[in-house]
Amino acid sequence: MNAPFYVAGAIALVSTLLVITRASAVHALLYLIVSLLAIAVIFFQLGAPFIAALEVIIYAGAIMVVFVFVVMLLNLGPRSVDAERAWLSPVGFVGPIVLGAILAAELLYIVSIAPRPGSASSLVSPTAVGASLFGPYYLGVELGSFLLLAGLVGALHLARSTEQAAR
Amino acid sequence: MTPLALGLLNVFFVLLVSLTLAAGLIWVERRLLALWQDRYGPNRVGPLGLLQVLADAIKILTKQDWIPPFADRAVFVIAPGVIMVTVLLSLAVVPITPAIGVVDLNVGLLFFLAMSSLGVYSVVLAGWSSDSKYALLGALRAAAQMLSYEVFMGLSLMGVVLIAGSFDLRKIVDAQARLWFCIPQLVGFVVFLIAGIAETRRLPFDLPEAESELVAGFHTEYSGMKFGMFFVGEYLGVILISAMITTLFFGGWRGPFLPPIVWFLIKTFAFIAFFVLLRASLPRPRYDQLMAYGWKLLLPLSLLNLAVTAAVVIAIHHGGGA
Repeated sequence: MNAPFYVAGAIALVSTLLVITRASAVHALLYLIVSLLAIAVIFFQLGAPFIAALEVIIYAGAIMVVFVFVVMLLNLGPRSVDAERAWLSPVGFVGPIVLGAILAAELLYIVSIAPRPGSASSLVSPTAVGASLFGPYYLGVELGSFLLLAGLVGALHLARSTEQAAR
Repeated sequence: MTPLALGLLNVFFVLLVSLTLAAGLIWVERRLLALWQDRYGPNRVGPLGLLQVLADAIKILTKQDWIPPFADRAVFVIAPGVIMVTVLLSLAVVPITPAIGVVDLNVGLLFFLAMSSLGVYSVVLAGWSSDSKYALLGALRAAAQMLSYEVFMGLSLMGVVLIAGSFDLRKIVDAQARLWFCIPQLVGFVVFLIAGIAETRRLPFDLPEAESELVAGFHTEYSGMKFGMFFVGEYLGVILISAMITTLFFGGWRGPFLPPIVWFLIKTFAFIAFFVLLRASLPRPRYDQLMAYGWKLLLPLSLLNLAVTAAVVIAIHHGGGA
């Protein structure tokens, strides 16, 4: 691969590590946004501009804004930062790092023995994505929309009941 | 000329012209507002008051650049930069004439939507990092308002994409050779215009900075050039939305007799003037009215527009062929 791919990959890794180690919730979220943007750049590199754009619009631009919004509403002060810092003791990282290292080693081993796919990755156009979503993956799209509808009805119900209780 | 030199020339032309126009708009807006309110406006510095912009720039650059001690320093400094970067990056995909335009992406329209959805962070982070109640309230309003209006801003444009058959902005302009999209996509145009005003937080949708309630909203704590960046960013946003309306609904650079760039500038300026006229004439709605208007009227309208457009496009493609 080329330099932009490795640079974007390195940024994604570093910012994801920083997400875990930040004590302030908003700072952690900001690094998560950077990580998502880096992944969008990688998608673009791999010839999937449509998915790259959706990654920015949906994840970085919509879902993360809601996360930041909720954190702002909670208005966590310096006290929560101190509490978070106390929980982030280095000892707590040992177990996850050992387990994560085993998984990473396994992944590297599988990648190293697997046959390499052709490097000529073709450009996937928005039309091709749409055609496959409403072709072979039609059932998945419908199931996803069921899930979203259920969530929507649930949210409506929660908002309704609090409004009536207040009256 | 080599392609690289031509490309660089394009980049700096678009950058310089849009930044100069954004600064110049401060004068244009004040003069136009004055005209519609039966006053003079700035008319003392230079011919017609044109040098007022320069005077403002000198004032804002020489002011003390103050960061409140209680603010989150890093985020406080980054926030005004975010809006400039996202709006300028969006301007890169706008095809100005057949020869001028920084980059042609096959997902150009989605790139514009992606950048405008990232622009929200500027306002939200500015309000959060200021650590002041007025700024926080402004940021909360901005987050909810821009997130809501973004939804049908995207949906209202899908009708155009369906007719043109592409996300590429140049192909969308080419598809309007016979008929501008503002006629078959009238509903889409109106919804996009309203959503565009809300996205740039211009009056009547300037609730995040409502002076009469929130001092100055999200940028209460900002001063000097950092405030200037929010100011210029807002005008850049107005230019961007006007340029996008021209590109998507009014045939871009197309028009008889005059050269393409003149047509593009005339159309874009007409919408900029419309933005100013709105500010001069409309009052600010209440916050719940703004939200109800968006979710209960504009969202169903844009969904209906999308469904009807899709049906018509399929009927023409398949009915005519079979």
